[in-house]
Amino acid sequence: MPSVIDAALGLHPQALSLKAERMELLAANLANADTPNYKARDIDFKAALAQAHTGQQSLTATHVAHMPLANSSGVLAEAKYRIPMQPSLDGNTVDAPADQAAFAETALQYQASLTLIGMRIAGLKSAIRGE
Amino acid sequence: MDVFKIFDVTGSALGAQTVRLNTVASNLANADVASSSAEAAYRSRQPVFAAVLENAMQDPASAKVQVAGIVETSAPPRQEYAPDHPLADANGYVYFSNVNPVEEMANMMSASRSYQSNVEVMNTVKQLLLATLRLGQP
Repeated sequence: MPSVIDAALGLHPQALSLKAERMELLAANLANADTPNYKARDIDFKAALAQAHTGQQSLTATHVAHMPLANSSGVLAEAKYRIPMQPSLDGNTVDAPADQAAFAETALQYQASLTLIGMRIAGLKSAIRGE
Repeated sequence: MDVFKIFDVTGSALGAQTVRLNTVASNLANADVASSSAEAAYRSRQPVFAAVLENAMQDPASAKVQVAGIVETSAPPRQEYAPDHPLADANGYVYFSNVNPVEEMANMMSASRSYQSNVEVMNTVKQLLLATLRLGQP
């Protein structure tokens, strides 16, 4: 049974983790914008959030002989490869402006989630104090 | 998931772009160095970047950059006929470097743009982490 605090905070903590992971990927893309043969990656955010909401990973282990996923070390969402808009001589598929825009957008969404969690925590605190 | 790894990744990118700027500076400084033979002429140096993919399967987000090496380009050096030059060889030719200043300037602009975007990433992530640490404080 989920605790009252989990229910009050809702989806926001998981959304926060997903956004942090996406920011990591975009930062790695921007860092490797000049590396030959580097393929840009990104997270499909809607699919990842829907998966987190239903609480269902792609492989459930219900028996001791079931093997865990290769990326079960804490990666919450699957990083997919980005399709490049234009070919490049050195095999690099990073689109720096697109990644910068995506990074800025994700940073804003992260801040929005933080603000919402903060407001809910404040609401819980005032409910606990009985104000 | 370790968000602090972003600092490792962007730090490595800043280092790599600095090496690139260093090679641009060396090339431009030595663009007019003369020598007596084609083998001894200064050749333009370019860094080769590679992504460090040690944990690529488990953690695709932490792909740091490293400078795999610095190679010298193989374009032929510029030769001029100047028999009065002190370094002229038997045929009166002097060999200058094979540095192309226009290419080096383009390299410099690209490196500086990459550097700035990585600095932006680092600043943004630092502010977000500080805001996360302040979560819950009145």
